[in-house]
Amino acid sequence: MSRTDAIGAAYLVCAILFIIGLRRLSSPATARSGNQLAAIGMAFAIVATLFDERVLSYQWIVVGAIIGGVGGAVGARKVKMTAMPQMVALFNGFGGGAAALVALADYHDTVGLPGHVEGKIIASILFSAAVGSISFSGSMVAFGKLQEMITGSPVVVPGQRIVTGALVAAVLVLCVILGTGHESQALLVVTMAIAFVLGIQMVMAIGGADMPVVISLLNAFTGLATASTGFALSNNVLIISGTLVGASGTLLTQMMGKAMNRTITNVVFGAFGTGSGGAAAIGPGGADGQVRATTAEDVAVMLAYARRVVIVPGYGLAVAQAQHNVRELADQLERRGVDVRYAIHPVAGRMPGHMNVLLAEADVPYPQLFEMDDINPEFPRTDVSLVIGANDVVNPAAQNTPGSPIYGMPILNVNESSAVVVLKRSMNTGFAGIENELFFDPKTSMLFGDAKASVTGLVAAVKAV
Amino acid sequence: MNESLLVELTVFVLAAFVGIEVISKVPTMLHTPLMSGTNAIHGVVIVGAILVAGSDHGTLTTVVGTIAVAFGASNVVGGFLVTDRMLEMFRKRPEPDAAEKGGDTG
Repeated sequence: MSRTDAIGAAYLVCAILFIIGLRRLSSPATARSGNQLAAIGMAFAIVATLFDERVLSYQWIVVGAIIGGVGGAVGARKVKMTAMPQMVALFNGFGGGAAALVALADYHDTVGLPGHVEGKIIASILFSAAVGSISFSGSMVAFGKLQEMITGSPVVVPGQRIVTGALVAAVLVLCVILGTGHESQALLVVTMAIAFVLGIQMVMAIGGADMPVVISLLNAFTGLATASTGFALSNNVLIISGTLVGASGTLLTQMMGKAMNRTITNVVFGAFGTGSGGAAAIGPGGADGQVRATTAEDVAVMLAYARRVVIVPGYGLAVAQAQHNVRELADQLERRGVDVRYAIHPVAGRMPGHMNVLLAEADVPYPQLFEMDDINPEFPRTDVSLVIGANDVVNPAAQNTPGSPIYGMPILNVNESSAVVVLKRSMNTGFAGIENELFFDPKTSMLFGDAKASVTGLVAAVKAV
Repeated sequence: MNESLLVELTVFVLAAFVGIEVISKVPTMLHTPLMSGTNAIHGVVIVGAILVAGSDHGTLTTVVGTIAVAFGASNVVGGFLVTDRMLEMFRKRPEPDAAEKGGDTG
């Protein structure tokens, strides 16, 4: 077996381990070993590549690997579970950046050679360069938004759609020029720069509540850029892995879009909660504007004597890191014989399945977690719905205010339960920037304050009941 | 169209089908680790970065390649570690359940 064959065999093992690893992610019991298998697969691919005949020197590989590896490891170890979405966005951006840089270097090497360059290689390089750049800058903006370094609300330039359209057109035209025989490294760099700006422009215009969709989409982008790098290098493991990720990201993006009842183009180009859409969104409930504030003691009595309590967690729970306190509250209530359930909206939080991870961290038993379609029929039989840091996913405007930007989005029907308690920092609107008439409903009472402090107060008050 | 491109396209299409098949079986509960795990997998682009950084094709290529290796390495290492941390929490879950069940029967 030649060296090339051996490397090819190692790549095959890697691809198999990736697929088995993903397969094992379908159950919580096997998921961790699945991820470890995928990591072993990755080690195979990296070690095999080091033996490639084209690798002539190692010092810069080692330097890059140490810098990136240590940085990644420290970031991954230090990050709080609540900051997971931005960490995933950051790593995703690095992947996209790597794909774009590899494309740039490949182009630099390829155009220097005499003779005809295969069209396939040029096309793949252009795709990786453009999509990788969009993914890099887009992910960095998503990171900034989630980390609250940049405002979470949509930022649009005048003529947003025209500007975006012009940038897309510019990237496409430049790719056609470069792809049809005009060789210019400077032009490729310009193309990447425009794609970079396009990524910023697109994600800046998207509100925080749409981040689950954006992160899935950018994940798919980086996957496809990686697959395209595989075409440029005629490397099957890159094609396979990139395509797996592309498929995964695309599926998740579709699921998120479906959960919000919006198309992907609407999310990306819709610039939520700005202009006339936002103004029309103030529901009829806002007119009589009576909000009932309550105290922890009152809520504790309601909860302690309820038969069934449904907890609706949202991003506010993640921000306040109140998941452990919520678990404690649920334990207290269960000890008193209350049936406690959690209602998980598909787009609650800032990435797909975000609430599940937080509640898993607090050791909440799986059988208590209910998906939207399973819990919605139960609300009429629920005594108290406890909404913790969620807003848009319980906003009845989605059902009865046709002008609202979230109109048509399936929501958790907490307003069908006998009473609703909303834990909220203040009367500010959610990330979608729209009023929530639920807060003005006569059966709703508001417990203002930081989610963690409020829940801690509730735990103490329930104990005292 | 040359032969290698056809083979690569075949691999691409089959991988897409496998991907859709495998991913659609992952429950909502595990979507965050799925996303973060696939995120680590696309870090395999580091393979391309290594080929560039080690190619000795001049300073520009080496500089670009080294940055790409650093990006790829942080994507791979960070991605798998973060996913492992998440899944560690999921894995603890069945134990208290089993203990409860044991308590019920006993």
